[in-house]
Amino acid sequence: MSETLYVQLLDLTGGALLLTAVLILWRRELAVIIRVFALQGLALAALVAVLAARDASLELWLVAVGLLVLRAGVLPALLRRALAAAGPARRETRPLVNVAASLLAAAVLTLLAYAVSQPLVELAPSAATQAIPVGLTVVLIGFFVLVTRRRALSQLVGFLLLDNGITAVGFLTTAGAGLVVELGVSLDVLLAVLVLQILTTRMRETFGDTDLDDLRELHD
Amino acid sequence: MSALGVVGGIVQPLLIVAGSPLLVGLMRQVRAKLEGRAGPGVGQPWRDLRKLLRKEPLAPRGTSEVFRSAPLVLVATTLVVAVVVPFVTTASAVDPVADLFAVVALLALGTVALALAGLDTGTAFGGMGASREMTIIALVEPTLLVAIFALSVRVGSTNLAAIVSSTLHDPGRVISPVSLLAAVALIVVIVAETGRLPVDNPSTHLELTMVHEAMILEYAGPDLALVELASAMRLSVFLGLLANLFLPWGIATAVTPAALLIGAVAVVGKVAVLGVALASAEVFLAKLRLFRVPELLAGSFLLSLLAVAASFFLA
Repeated sequence: MSETLYVQLLDLTGGALLLTAVLILWRRELAVIIRVFALQGLALAALVAVLAARDASLELWLVAVGLLVLRAGVLPALLRRALAAAGPARRETRPLVNVAASLLAAAVLTLLAYAVSQPLVELAPSAATQAIPVGLTVVLIGFFVLVTRRRALSQLVGFLLLDNGITAVGFLTTAGAGLVVELGVSLDVLLAVLVLQILTTRMRETFGDTDLDDLRELHD
Repeated sequence: MSALGVVGGIVQPLLIVAGSPLLVGLMRQVRAKLEGRAGPGVGQPWRDLRKLLRKEPLAPRGTSEVFRSAPLVLVATTLVVAVVVPFVTTASAVDPVADLFAVVALLALGTVALALAGLDTGTAFGGMGASREMTIIALVEPTLLVAIFALSVRVGSTNLAAIVSSTLHDPGRVISPVSLLAAVALIVVIVAETGRLPVDNPSTHLELTMVHEAMILEYAGPDLALVELASAMRLSVFLGLLANLFLPWGIATAVTPAALLIGAVAVVGKVAVLGVALASAEVFLAKLRLFRVPELLAGSFLLSLLAVAASFFLA
């Protein structure tokens, strides 16, 4: 793969990661959010595939395929099942901060990510490390979604966004932390989603709602 | 001031003034066809303008010079933009004015003049329309600036002619994430600024929803003709700007009749294609609630900011 094509593909997948993170913040319907999340999984897998093609490494190719199956296939399917179980009244997110303000907050987070990651980029300037701010922005936006959404399912999406960002930063800095570590992290995420899905179901059965604001007070 | 710039400065305003009512007519005709109506024909806006220009000038009692001068300011600022922005030729007649900030300021000046005229009439609708327009432009203007700025970062100049000719020399830039993000942001703000669906509906007079129509409700006769012509010109200027910033091919780089002809045909073709695409998209869109509009515009502002950020960190 030629150098310019590599840089262009890397930039394009980075742009797709950024765009999908913003769309998750922008849209209200959970069904659309889950679809966008699947697209982000695809972009992440493409990013790793570009790195794999560059290094001609079989291990990275395997990781890319694994990411594709897990993040663009299994996790969105699990989320969709949880959404279907939640019923028609729970199709929209109810953010604590309104959408316009959270989009402007995301703009500030982007600049923050850029400022914070400058020392990291300067350690080893290359096309891959220059995309670190993208991964960091996804992490920060994921964290923002996690703290500003009320519904359990949208908080779950925020958590997964956070994890996508961490994975992206990991691959951009070190070209992978080894197949075994990556496998362990992926299984961890999968288990967390499964446990949280069961937890939301139990919550709804007990309280009739998954609005986490109602869970602040103790009841008998 | 180069010969190419002078020729462009003469051809472009003629093309914009003559063509923009036809563009509006074309868009209305496309909508009519898609909705299953016969439609009034492409030349109808010109016939309307001719009828309005023959009428007696009238101004409501109690209005001041602000009301009477607003249409002139609107037409004049748009004409200056039509002269300087690289539509047909890459050189500009008045090069310092072809700057990104000057062009955006000129376009915003026209909007502000119209909003002041809406307030000047003292009617409920005028004030309502003006306040809505100000809400929209407060988010549109920074987005316009930042989105085009994202393109100017790589060029190292905010001169629009320099941006266009650098894209012409390096076509690979068009599919970079910077261009894509900036293009999406620019499309959203152009739709908002020119008062098209889903932000404003150009074909209704329903008091609850109108923005642009509410401001110009008190105009009649030649003044109304000027306002209508100016809004048509603004639409063509914005679409032309969008087309040439991202797809500048065909633009004239030399003073030969053939190059100029190709440049003119290319810009007319690109603007017509964009107009038809916009009109056909409008058929499938419903108007957005007014309180959701800032959300849409904040989203496009974020996209333009991401474009600038990406032009720095994905460089």
